[in-house]
Amino acid sequence: MKAGKILSMIALLGFSFSLMAASVPEEKIATLRLAPIEVEPTPPAMQKVINSDVKQVRNYPMQPPVIPHRIDGYQIDLKVNKCMQCHARNSTGHSQAPMVSVTHYMDRENNFLASLSPRRYYCTQCHVSQLDAKILVENDFVDVKELMKHSSTTEH
Amino acid sequence: MISKLLENLKLIWKVLNRPSVHYSLGFLTLGGFVAGVIFWGGFNTALEVTNQEQFCIGCHEMENNVYEELKTTIHFTNRSGVRATCPDCHVPHNWTDKIARKMQASKEVWGKVFGTINTREKFEAKRRHLAENEWNRLKANDSLECRNCHNFDYMDFTRQSKRASQMHSTSLASGEKTCIDCHKGIAHQLPDMAGVEGF
Repeated sequence: MKAGKILSMIALLGFSFSLMAASVPEEKIATLRLAPIEVEPTPPAMQKVINSDVKQVRNYPMQPPVIPHRIDGYQIDLKVNKCMQCHARNSTGHSQAPMVSVTHYMDRENNFLASLSPRRYYCTQCHVSQLDAKILVENDFVDVKELMKHSSTTEH
Repeated sequence: MISKLLENLKLIWKVLNRPSVHYSLGFLTLGGFVAGVIFWGGFNTALEVTNQEQFCIGCHEMENNVYEELKTTIHFTNRSGVRATCPDCHVPHNWTDKIARKMQASKEVWGKVFGTINTREKFEAKRRHLAENEWNRLKANDSLECRNCHNFDYMDFTRQSKRASQMHSTSLASGEKTCIDCHKGIAHQLPDMAGVEGF
């Protein structure tokens, strides 16, 4: 009985040691919190939102276009969608803003609707404004056009 | 007892009926002037007290709904620390308009007494109606309360975003539109906007 207890204790200890050995060393754990847990560090300064109103190139054809202006305080809920004050089909005349894509007026059976489809209602689910910020990690995204150029030169 | 009271009342009436018989003309003129100053000053002071944010948010209807919403907007906190308080936008600055608005506000006292918006649900149900009142007022006076601070003559379009200067130099400049036509819901949340022009 006693021997069994001791054996199981040893087994448990050994198991936990092996777990510790297999775990990632602390310095390799990526963290966004660059301060000890009990310290409240000063947050970095807020970045400015790009407000140029200049259309930005999409990185791939299916990319939801990014918003080239500030959207502070824009209300998007069941009562109202502030974005549609300019981007709805019948608002683009006075606003001269791009109309939301025609796909937003289609239901999932591709039937055209008179107004925004509920599944495309929450703009900021896909469309975001951009910060004028330094990138935190390197971005090695390559445009598909570049890729195609690259492959055509290597293959031929 | 009652006859004594009647006697007193009779005396008071006699004095009020022909005051110049009992008091000198100088006393009456000066006294009237001083009393006028006190009453007029008191009236204006009382009026000013009701034109303060602290008075407005003395009711929980205002404090817990519209004031909370205002707190998140540019008109409450911003880089330069200039802010708009409730009366800046909701009470006309011009005296006659102010008095007219104050008379309308008696309806709001009624609402307070009978608790027409004393819960969040009741407030939400009334939000469209209340918002429309304010939109109509601002539409009718060409957004006067906006323009008390945002003077069109001193707007520098070169310091506005492209979008803003485009709109302000055309529709607003021509007088075809006024501030509230586009800037609904800048200080409080919007109600259900179904059927509102421009939405």
